[in-house]
Amino acid sequence: MVAKKGGNRGEDAEDELKREPLQAILLADSFATKFRPITLERPKVLLPLVNVPMIDYTLAWLESAGVEEVFVFCCAHSKQVIDYLKNSKWFGQPNFAVSTIESHDSISAGDALRLIYERHVINGDFILVTGDTVSNMPLIQALKEHKERRRKDNNAVMTIVIKQSKPSSITNQSRLGTEELFMAIDPGTKQLLYYEDKADDRKGTISLDKGLLMDNASISLHNDKQDCYIDICSPEVLSLFTDNFDYQHLRRHFVKGLLVDDIMGYKIFTHEIHASYAARIDNYRSYDTISKDIIQRWTYPLVPDVQFFGNCASKLERRGMYRASEVGLSRSAQIGPFTVIGNGTSIGSNTEISDSVVGEDCVIGSNVSIEGCYIWNNVTIENGCKLRHAIVCDGVIMKSGAVLEPGAVLSFKVVVGQQFIVPAYSKVSLLQQPVIKDSDEELEYDDNSSGIIGIPSISSTPEKLNDQFGTKLSDSQRRAGSEVGDGGVGFIWSLGEGGHEEEWRHSVAPIPADKLIEIIRTATDELEISNQDGNFLPPSGELEPDSVDNDSDEDARDDYSYFEKEVEATFLRAVHENVKEDHIILEVNALRLSYNLTSTDCASALFYSMMKLASDTPHDTPGELVKNVATVITKWKQLLKDYLSSIDEEIEVILKFEELCLESTKEYTPLFVQVLHLLYDQDVIQEKAILDWASEKEEAEESDKLFLKQAEKFIQVCINILK
Amino acid sequence: MEIARGMDFQVVVLAGGFSKSLVPLVSKKVPKALLPVANRPVLSYVIDLLEQKNLKDLIVVVEGETAAHSVSAWISGTYIDRLHVEVAAVPEDVGTAGALRAIDHRLTAKDILVVSGDLVCDVPPGAVAATHRRHDAVVTALLCTAPASGPSDSGSSGAKDKAKKPGRYNIIALDPTKQFLLHIAAGAEVEKDIRVQKSILRAVSQMEIRADLMDAHMYAFKRSVLQDVLNQKETFQSLRRDVLPYLVRSQLRSELLSNGVQSDENGNSKDAMQNAKILPSQLLANASTPSFHELYALGPDGSSSITRKTHKCCVYIANKSKYCARLNSIQAFSDINRDVVGDANHLSGYSFSAQNNVIHPTAVLGSKTTVGPQCMLGDGSQMGDKCSVKKSVIGRHCRIGSNVKVVSSVIMDHITIGDGCSIQGSVICSNVQLQERVILKDCQVGAGFVVTAGSEYKAESLAKK
Repeated sequence: MVAKKGGNRGEDAEDELKREPLQAILLADSFATKFRPITLERPKVLLPLVNVPMIDYTLAWLESAGVEEVFVFCCAHSKQVIDYLKNSKWFGQPNFAVSTIESHDSISAGDALRLIYERHVINGDFILVTGDTVSNMPLIQALKEHKERRRKDNNAVMTIVIKQSKPSSITNQSRLGTEELFMAIDPGTKQLLYYEDKADDRKGTISLDKGLLMDNASISLHNDKQDCYIDICSPEVLSLFTDNFDYQHLRRHFVKGLLVDDIMGYKIFTHEIHASYAARIDNYRSYDTISKDIIQRWTYPLVPDVQFFGNCASKLERRGMYRASEVGLSRSAQIGPFTVIGNGTSIGSNTEISDSVVGEDCVIGSNVSIEGCYIWNNVTIENGCKLRHAIVCDGVIMKSGAVLEPGAVLSFKVVVGQQFIVPAYSKVSLLQQPVIKDSDEELEYDDNSSGIIGIPSISSTPEKLNDQFGTKLSDSQRRAGSEVGDGGVGFIWSLGEGGHEEEWRHSVAPIPADKLIEIIRTATDELEISNQDGNFLPPSGELEPDSVDNDSDEDARDDYSYFEKEVEATFLRAVHENVKEDHIILEVNALRLSYNLTSTDCASALFYSMMKLASDTPHDTPGELVKNVATVITKWKQLLKDYLSSIDEEIEVILKFEELCLESTKEYTPLFVQVLHLLYDQDVIQEKAILDWASEKEEAEESDKLFLKQAEKFIQVCINILK
Repeated sequence: MEIARGMDFQVVVLAGGFSKSLVPLVSKKVPKALLPVANRPVLSYVIDLLEQKNLKDLIVVVEGETAAHSVSAWISGTYIDRLHVEVAAVPEDVGTAGALRAIDHRLTAKDILVVSGDLVCDVPPGAVAATHRRHDAVVTALLCTAPASGPSDSGSSGAKDKAKKPGRYNIIALDPTKQFLLHIAAGAEVEKDIRVQKSILRAVSQMEIRADLMDAHMYAFKRSVLQDVLNQKETFQSLRRDVLPYLVRSQLRSELLSNGVQSDENGNSKDAMQNAKILPSQLLANASTPSFHELYALGPDGSSSITRKTHKCCVYIANKSKYCARLNSIQAFSDINRDVVGDANHLSGYSFSAQNNVIHPTAVLGSKTTVGPQCMLGDGSQMGDKCSVKKSVIGRHCRIGSNVKVVSSVIMDHITIGDGCSIQGSVICSNVQLQERVILKDCQVGAGFVVTAGSEYKAESLAKK
């Protein structure tokens, strides 16, 4: 593509812009399971968001932004998506062609893009979005920047859209309920240099390759941006996915893969939007947040009172209340601010509704209290029910007096029995919770909750689903009933691993205050711990010591001292509990491996432990101390000798002893020769080791020769013996 | 101009000792502080800079008794009437932190300005002091633009420098307002990864990492904090490598202020921090927007249910046009001498002639001898016929023969150069004798050395054993 671009590039590019219709790929499958159990029965993109299916927001935005051709990739419940689109007005629009690509076995965005690549339908730069994106951003500017960059540098393959959003300082998650994001961006070129979401690790530091500063005079690090998951891609992106068949996730694999790969030199850039809106519904919390944003008109013109697609116009009344034309409202019902009431819904007397969305054809009785809830279509709520921060899907019946505690989700057609209290954060469905299967596939991709998770059985058609679940339903109906109260129908799903702990993070309900306090407290505790650590642990890496080589030295010494302590503990245990020598050897070897040390270190640590034991055993005179040493050495010399395979190790023992005399156990200082003699007599060390040690010491400084002088006679004896 | 004085600053000049990296330039008689830059000791540049700002009470810390003696003798000879300078000798190799520890008892003012004695710059220290006070910081560091390997470098070294450029100076992270120091590491000591603390990034939202700034080794410290750190962290040796990074690293989980207050009587401002329930309303009343430190200290819910201790590390970034260099290597010695008679000649304190050079009236030039621009020739020096001097500094009382070429070199005092010598890119220390036809290129010749006639050296260091 580069080759053909000659002299007058500007015109060329503009021609290109005109010539090629702007294409978009819309992934109508999030390859995640965050909206379960609802998504077992209906694909996520068709879930109503302020009474309009999510995909309509995405398509309406793409159309208004000048996209001419959209490929909707469907996998999970593909038939439902295709049917919906067929019956909508989206097929057969002038200047806006929507076509679907169906797959039954894709389990990730990577698979989807590989499939699309094989179809050869994309022939220029394209927009890549998921079907759960709500945005009103104009694409022209971002697209222009992308194309300009590409003209200069063919490796600029992708532009991702970001937006200012500071994660909460308590929970470290954004208002959309997604994990905090760390990015490094070149402030001049806007090139993305580093991308880290929580999935990576919980280390306290970010490691940036120093090489980045080689090419960029300065780098901006951000913790205040949100990834909108709107990407402008060059066609290469598709082929890159094909080349790297292990890429699954758009961010975790693709973006990070390109960032660390410096051979191909592909570059990713960012485009920050300021005034316009863009967000993706990733979890229940973002569902809640974005719904409120829509009601509060941040997404204009995609708001309830503007007819942007097949939605029913509703009228905006004061205090952000939207009401469709035919609502049966009792006089005494109180509808609070920021509430949407759908067509054909009737509301009984003394009912209070605030900050909620109610769908079409619902019947709400009297004395009902609804706060912060999302009630979809055809829902019946009998008298005296109380709902707080819950999602209620189509066809649900709540018998009188039932209560939904914050965070509850009722999937399709669930019936809640009279007076039953659905506990907080529980999910209720007519379908039983699928048993978690240990297939390889899952292990590979199901590495954490924020990721892409594709479970083939769920990505299948609804008919299949019914085969799987429907039959069971009737068998276990009675049991199901008992789970949600008298006359109720549905299963309460047990929470996944991690359970309740994390559930509040992604729920529609606001985070409870006590939870926040708890987090602050643990954070403070951690802070204190790290503070204490700071006092004796060497601070990491480049920050610490005087020179680089010192640095690694220090680490090594540190490692060794821990190792020594553990060996000592092991040895003492052996002494006190009569552990067999073989077992000690085994344990010490294990320690050696885990600290990555040599057998010389083992010898020295063991010797140290023995001498320590001897000096710790009560004694009054130096003579007794020597006796102690003799006892210990006699008893354990076999163990020690196991590590003295060569002269080098024996020398190490002598050196260690010297160190001991000088530093930790000064008691031994006058006894140096005696103990040395003892070691020699016990065959722990040989003459040669002593002589080698002596000659090594010969070159040392005067002050260091203290022990050499003490041992002079003994050394002479050794020389004679060897002769 | 009384600003810094009125603000109760005490000035400590760390003049070093016999720096090993400067052998053979330094000798028993000439410690680092007295190495000549444009024919006057490098230490005079710092002292003059401070004197200009009316900072006249100085403590000059010198490593080693002999060195201290030389420095003391020079200072009393030069500044006797004008300044009150105490020269303190500390043991050798104690490091900059050790040097301050050794003079701990003399530090009494609220804030301490610590300046390296090898700094040649024209950045007013008052600006650093003012920034320090404005933010009530525990430390404020002067940062200046790292010298890019400019065209004035000789071609070969320029290319090399460029290759290792990011490693040469500091890697520094600043907040978007460029007031606070969030991370600092010496470029050469970062092996592969730059490690940035997430907690600080979270608090500040956005930071900028730069490799084009250099720590000029001029710091303002809060005295109580400095003393606490020096006493508590006995292993700290260097201000630049240990103390400053430590303060920067712990700025959001300060271990200092509480201790500082207990052991300290003048902590009025810190008492406020101590009782630290700074209410949001108070912060607002403070007119200026609170820094991220203050917001962080309030705790995440803003209601100060949990108070966190923080302290501020600030920077003053010198304007790009300012000159700033440290004489800490032989290369730097040559560069600074070149700059001070060249591009940055306002620092030298001499008035330059129309030919853009300084030739002392008592100097004698032979016939057909030329001294080019950006040169200096000290008093009493004599040059024979047909000599040529370019971009070089020649000291006092040198006797230079005929047909001698001196290019981009520094020649100190009392040097004899025989006929027909050629000296390029070299440093010749005092009392050296070069016999006839010596050719030196990129060499250093230690004091008192004699180079025999006709010898030729390239990139060597010559000194008496």
